[in-house]
Amino acid sequence: MDFSMSHLIIASMLVPVFGGLILTRFDNKPNLREAVTLVTAIVVFVINILIYQGLDWSQADAVVNSKFSIAEPIEGLSVTFSATPFGSMFALIASGLWIATSTYAIGYMRAHHEKHQTRFYLLFALAIAGVMAVAYSDNLFTLFLFYEVLTVSTYPLVTHAGSRNARRGGRNYIRILMGSSILFFLPAMIIVWFVAGDLTFTQGGVLEGNLDAVWTAPLLLLFLFGISKAGLMPLHRWLPSAMVAPTPVSALLHAVAVVKAGVFSILKVIVFIFGTDFITQTQANDWLLFVPLFTIVAASLIALQKDNLKERLAYSTVSQLSYIVLGALLANKLGVLGGSMHIAMHAFAKISLFFAAGAILVTTHKKNVSQLSGLGRQMPFTFAVFTIGTLSIIGLPIFGGVWSKWYLVSGGLEFSGAELTFWAVLTALAISSMLNIYYLLSIPVKAFFMPADNEDVGIKEAPIPCLIGMAIPTAITIYLFFDPSLFYELSATLTKA
Amino acid sequence: MIDYIVGHINYWLIIAVMMVGLYTLMSRSNLIKKLAGLAMFQTAVILFYVSLGKVDGGTVPIVAEGYTLYSNPLPQVLMLTAIVVGVATTALGFALVIRIKEAYESVEEHEISQMDEKE
Amino acid sequence: MNEQLTILLVVIPLIAAPITALFKNKDIAWAITLLVSTACFVLSVIIMLDVIDGKHVIYELGGWRPPWGIEYKIDALNAFIALIVSGIATISSIYAKSSVEHEIDDSTIPLFYAAFQLCLLGLLGIALTGDVFNLFVFLEISSLSTYALISMGKHRKALTAAFSYLILGTVGATFFLIGVGFLFAASGSLNTADIAQRFETFAHMQLVETALIFMVLGIALKAAVFPLHSWLPNAYSQAPSAVSVFLSATATKVSIYALYRVLFDLYPVQYWVDMLMPQILLSLGCVAVIYGSYRAWQQVEMKRLLAFSSVAQIGYMIIGLALLNQNGLTASIMHLFNHAVIKATLFMGAGILLYRANTTDLGSLRGMGRDIPWSFAAMVIAGLSLIGVPGTVGFITKWYLLESAIETGQWIVVVTIVIGSVLAIGYVWKIVESLYFRSSRKVHIHAVESGDDSVGKTPIGMAVALWIGAGLCIFFGLNTDLSFDAATTAALSLLKQ
Repeated sequence: MDFSMSHLIIASMLVPVFGGLILTRFDNKPNLREAVTLVTAIVVFVINILIYQGLDWSQADAVVNSKFSIAEPIEGLSVTFSATPFGSMFALIASGLWIATSTYAIGYMRAHHEKHQTRFYLLFALAIAGVMAVAYSDNLFTLFLFYEVLTVSTYPLVTHAGSRNARRGGRNYIRILMGSSILFFLPAMIIVWFVAGDLTFTQGGVLEGNLDAVWTAPLLLLFLFGISKAGLMPLHRWLPSAMVAPTPVSALLHAVAVVKAGVFSILKVIVFIFGTDFITQTQANDWLLFVPLFTIVAASLIALQKDNLKERLAYSTVSQLSYIVLGALLANKLGVLGGSMHIAMHAFAKISLFFAAGAILVTTHKKNVSQLSGLGRQMPFTFAVFTIGTLSIIGLPIFGGVWSKWYLVSGGLEFSGAELTFWAVLTALAISSMLNIYYLLSIPVKAFFMPADNEDVGIKEAPIPCLIGMAIPTAITIYLFFDPSLFYELSATLTKA
Repeated sequence: MIDYIVGHINYWLIIAVMMVGLYTLMSRSNLIKKLAGLAMFQTAVILFYVSLGKVDGGTVPIVAEGYTLYSNPLPQVLMLTAIVVGVATTALGFALVIRIKEAYESVEEHEISQMDEKE
Repeated sequence: MNEQLTILLVVIPLIAAPITALFKNKDIAWAITLLVSTACFVLSVIIMLDVIDGKHVIYELGGWRPPWGIEYKIDALNAFIALIVSGIATISSIYAKSSVEHEIDDSTIPLFYAAFQLCLLGLLGIALTGDVFNLFVFLEISSLSTYALISMGKHRKALTAAFSYLILGTVGATFFLIGVGFLFAASGSLNTADIAQRFETFAHMQLVETALIFMVLGIALKAAVFPLHSWLPNAYSQAPSAVSVFLSATATKVSIYALYRVLFDLYPVQYWVDMLMPQILLSLGCVAVIYGSYRAWQQVEMKRLLAFSSVAQIGYMIIGLALLNQNGLTASIMHLFNHAVIKATLFMGAGILLYRANTTDLGSLRGMGRDIPWSFAAMVIAGLSLIGVPGTVGFITKWYLLESAIETGQWIVVVTIVIGSVLAIGYVWKIVESLYFRSSRKVHIHAVESGDDSVGKTPIGMAVALWIGAGLCIFFGLNTDLSFDAATTAALSLLKQ
């Protein structure tokens, strides 16, 4: 078969949409409906692999032969897509984990007796389509459009339960995400257009020579806060709020797809709109780095105090996302590389953690960390998964997370800006790793070694589909330690001169 | 100066009528008086047009021997339309006043707005 | 052939209106109205396609040659306005069926539709004619029928709203008439093209300047340009829903169109530039944007909120005009169209709420959005367009306006647009918040006879019309071929470039 790249890219967005529409036909046949979801997920993944194979590695930025527009509302401002290694990485992760999540969701949604499951699967598929569009967007305008689409399409998933609580969470969600993107991201984009006359993602950025050095930092700050999906404090509140959603949503969307769309956008903006060299020259990052640094530490501290497991994980995500922003803001080769790899590494580890949390909820209906004592003996598999995820996030060897942390720290060491910032980076990284151990590792320790509240009920795990879903990302986490080359290569193109 | 004033006497009168109309329109609270003011205002404009078309010493614009100077007939024709518009406006206004009277039991603007505010 | 079509646009509703009034049956009256609007729409499209590349279509009424006879001279601008008016009329007619039956007594429905058609006739006439006195006549035809339509509102406040609109509207129209009289006295002609052509010969007369001031004042009153907008909020909020939809989208737009004609075609641009009129209009426009948006934000009743938002949006059109360059004028003309679509959609949404809950008071409508999720979604799309989010029509206008402001160095406009957009977020969010996020007060159904289950669901016609509007908001936000080409051609011909 002879597929051109543009067809594949279009397909990666349309297949989830059609899959979603088809599965609504099977409202009364859950088995068939979920089969459709799974098949769709697999097809989308295959499409993304095909795109990956067709990538043109010679250029890191837009690949000419795969670039195509679908609309041009204003001259020079078009809705354009193209396949780039970095975009392909994001798409691969999201679509690959969609398979795992779909499998997991089958067990979870049924065991939890969630309502409106058809709607759930439909919206999930639409959100994935939005993620694909973000991943393959060729300019900032397209990215912005689908960034917003993603916000809107995931909103009903957050409020899925329909309860008062869910609605309040949803209100925060939509207000912060939409508000910040319109108030900061949009003006920032418009400023870039009027300054540089171009919004296309270009190697080396479009701003150099067009923007006065003084204005670099304020503009960058607009982007950092505008793209609030990246969860920089103080605009992180939406993420804990979104935890009212069903666990598969929290797992895929709020540990992988949506939040990663945020950091993905920030990386794209820093590397392809500003250009890392330009940022280093203007030293805009000297003080901007404190924003992610503060978030890393503060979010870890808050996570410590959270008893609700999903909320603790959410704050952990906020903290980890800032690692990626940090890597990007370091604006050197290793930092960007580390940040980009952390997108992948954190995705696999964090989704495992969320799956485990969901499995605990489904099986024992326990939501809080304080209730987990001794539960490890009842659910050994779940807690094994949890432990592996935790260790990977902390960044210990034989788990994938070590590599991204490695590059991040190397990037920090290579940082050539202000002295104070340099030490702050290193200190924050060290402190946060400690805190990671504290607030994450304490959970499996408690579950395995503390005496149980009630008597031993023997082994009672979550439904089989949940376990399969959990096994996939966990296995990948371990595999990535031994062979991170895939994500390394995809990330390395970001820093190609 | 005197010549100027006397020579344009028609315009001065029209302006006076117009101002009386506008003043009534704005100062009266009674809706019917308002409409009367509006009608006067419109009439002033009609007079203005008609006097525009008058040419000194001109006659009716019918081609006949011995006459070379005609008044411009166009403004008068236009005003036929404007009169129709004015009549329609006034009629519609009165219809509304009747409905307002039915609904509010009053045609005084300040009483009506008081009633509206209370709701 | 097309010359004959232009007059048909006026003749069809003129003949159909009295016929409609003769029927006693409300369904027949509605069907005729729909037929008439659709016919006008089709004719407008045909004419539009003919003139979009800059051609003219000329029709001489009764075969009298201009400047003695009345001439219809159609260029891209006329056709564009006719297209907006007839297009919105069609959508409103689809929408009107159930809405009108709900709000107006059966016996007066045929009269309502007759007045509706007369209003359509008047607005189309203004859009087509090339004769200033004829323009006055059509202005009065549309105004008189508008007063009647507004007075048919459900609440008795509609009567006073219609009455004060009648007083102010008549004063405005009479001002225009005085202006025409002065200009006639100076030029001896009523034909736009003729006056413009011979302008030099009488330009020195004081009368000409007075004429311009009177005409501009009169039109500004009809167009609700700040500070002459006081009639608008009451009129729009008290009118029957279908009338609000139609008027908000067309009536003020047509008056703005008349303003273009007077300022650009009747008078040479330099003439009123010397009178400092652009500066005055620009300041008024800026104040209108901020004042209107702020007042909208304060409102607690949805239709009033939307009406004040209209005051602000008219401000954008005036700003675009006053910037006096191609982009600004293009933005202004496009905004006629874009705003028509947006506001019509929002008023349709408000009408649906009125239909379902018998009130448009935001406090009483709490939580109502959750009962009508689809209609609510359509309203959100229109709301986003009002803010100017990319991907929607509102963005396009603001973009060109910004571009024009930056070209001309009018930073005050940039600031105004930013503040206006922020306030727009505020009032749109206010609607969203009350309709969706507030917990419902179960009092929202007022004065509905028990057992009347028709209010239990939205009539199909209303829903279809609403979604056509929402669809157009997105479609013309992504594909601007038609609106942009038409607006550019029109702007160029106005600027004589």
